[in-house]
Amino acid sequence: MTDASPALELSNVTIRFGGLVAVNGLSMSVPEGGIIGLIGPNGAGKTSAFNIITGFYRPTSGRVEFRGRSGKIDITGFPPHEVCKAGLARTFQNIRLFQNETALENVMIGAYVRQKGRWWQSMIPFAFPAAAREEDEIRAGAVALLVRLGLERYMNAAASSLPYGAQRRLEIARALATKPSFLLLDEPAAGMNPQESAELLDFIRRLRDDFSLSILLIEHDMKVVMGVCERIWVLDQGTLIADGTPEAIRADRRVIDAYLGRETADA
Amino acid sequence: MSGPDAIGEGNNKTRDAVLTAVAAVVFAAALWLASSNLDGYKLRIINLIAINAILGLSLNLIYGMTGMFSLGHAGFMAIGAYVSALLILSPEQKTTMWILEPIAPWLLNVRAPFVVSLAAAGLAAAFFGWLVALPVLRLGGDYLGIATLGFSEIIRILITNLTPITNGSLGLKGIPAHTDIRMSYGCLAVVLFCMVRLMRSNFGNVLRAVRDDEIAARTMGIDTFRTRVLAFTLGCFGGGLGGALMGNLITTIDPKMFMITQTYSLLMIVVVGGLGSITGSIVGAVVVTTMLEWLRFVENPVTIGGVNIPGIPGMRMVIFSLLLIVVIIFRREGIMGMREFSWSRLFRGGSGGGGRR
Repeated sequence: MTDASPALELSNVTIRFGGLVAVNGLSMSVPEGGIIGLIGPNGAGKTSAFNIITGFYRPTSGRVEFRGRSGKIDITGFPPHEVCKAGLARTFQNIRLFQNETALENVMIGAYVRQKGRWWQSMIPFAFPAAAREEDEIRAGAVALLVRLGLERYMNAAASSLPYGAQRRLEIARALATKPSFLLLDEPAAGMNPQESAELLDFIRRLRDDFSLSILLIEHDMKVVMGVCERIWVLDQGTLIADGTPEAIRADRRVIDAYLGRETADA
Repeated sequence: MSGPDAIGEGNNKTRDAVLTAVAAVVFAAALWLASSNLDGYKLRIINLIAINAILGLSLNLIYGMTGMFSLGHAGFMAIGAYVSALLILSPEQKTTMWILEPIAPWLLNVRAPFVVSLAAAGLAAAFFGWLVALPVLRLGGDYLGIATLGFSEIIRILITNLTPITNGSLGLKGIPAHTDIRMSYGCLAVVLFCMVRLMRSNFGNVLRAVRDDEIAARTMGIDTFRTRVLAFTLGCFGGGLGGALMGNLITTIDPKMFMITQTYSLLMIVVVGGLGSITGSIVGAVVVTTMLEWLRFVENPVTIGGVNIPGIPGMRMVIFSLLLIVVIIFRREGIMGMREFSWSRLFRGGSGGGGRR
């Protein structure tokens, strides 16, 4: 793992909300092409860390560096839309689709960040053939993405009407439409039944390979975390208490005490 | 849903284009017949429908499509109406009209043809809209409503007091009645065309995304603040254009025309028609404009069973408010909801509308 250069690097990141230190001196790095898990008990600061990376929180101190397709940049304090432009995409713990829009429109909205045509060009037909062509390409690309993720039959259905699992996949499709090199998944297995979460393992690996992504995921389902992650970071009360391979984490005393609990040892 | 489901059935595109063209020609012919056969009062209502449709569409772009609750449209209408009127009035008219204070010298000889004045009215309103948007659009929800309402009042009070420019509370009279059927429906056709193209494009999807979930939109790389400012500015352009057309229809404008009640009527059009639906705003404009005229009879004195009830001015607004409450209770999404008129929906026997494309 050490030979791959880091796609994302957090150095000494701290965020305070008033008296509460949600993330405390967090340093970690995600290797390019890696699938990394971020685990820990509720309130450990996992989602805060995600929100710092994606620009929703500005860290009190520390630095976030990202190496995307156009080289290494310091994204600390970037607003969310700039973070997305740089090539990081994310999903949400509680799915946040554009409910009134169709699945196809949701994905097309994701593609907008890479769209070069200007808004006013659509109002003057025939004058901007390139913009019209781009619009068609975006539509075709969105259709292809939906087909690839097995969502084609929901194409013209409102996002809110999709079954739960399909909504999760649609959120990922929408994130992929932004053409990221890095994907953050916030509890992708939440609300899934055992069979669905088993399929998720394969799905996440395929995503990484097909779209050449680095993936960082937050997850409570240990089967998913242990099954798919190549490396795991464990947060507790805002502090990193362990990191290592799934085997090492499973055997780590502090992780067992803080999070996994003893019954996992004999499970 | 909106746009794409019509395009989804792509092989019908040519058929739809032909049908739209035929409908447009038929409608234009009907308007032409109307303009040579109907009396002035009816023509005025028909004109008013087009103007209200433009205003409704522009407010819908702000409120329905992009989700910014704005109560400031009357202010932007006022800017448009004054800019246009000041450009059209002749220097002679201006010198005789400004009796309280003389007109500002630079304004006296400024003149422009009607069409240019319309564009200037839209641009001026858009400019002020943009200025207001920069600080105000950082607010959301109800706060935005209050802030835009406040701005609208500021505009009105400025107009009342900037006598050398606006002739103060006396208003402007004798504006040439340039707004005829051709003009108002020509403008409506352009506005409608632009709106449909815009809302069917991916940028239209983006506007709806900002409305539906701002956080998700930002995560998807959308600069939501800039997008909202843009939509607001465009909406204000429509407000200014509508105000200018209105001034040239009524031929008299004064600050009292642009009070909050004016914004309410527009809000009614948008809400009754359906927030977020282009077709809805057209239907809303037709329904609300004709109802407002038709309901005038309740303000006349009536005799019911020998009892003579004197006319109560403002009564129709009371009835209208009640109707609005009924709509909000029983059909909150308005007549069209977020749906749009499409030919295929009409043929499928679904809920068609009176909209034209």
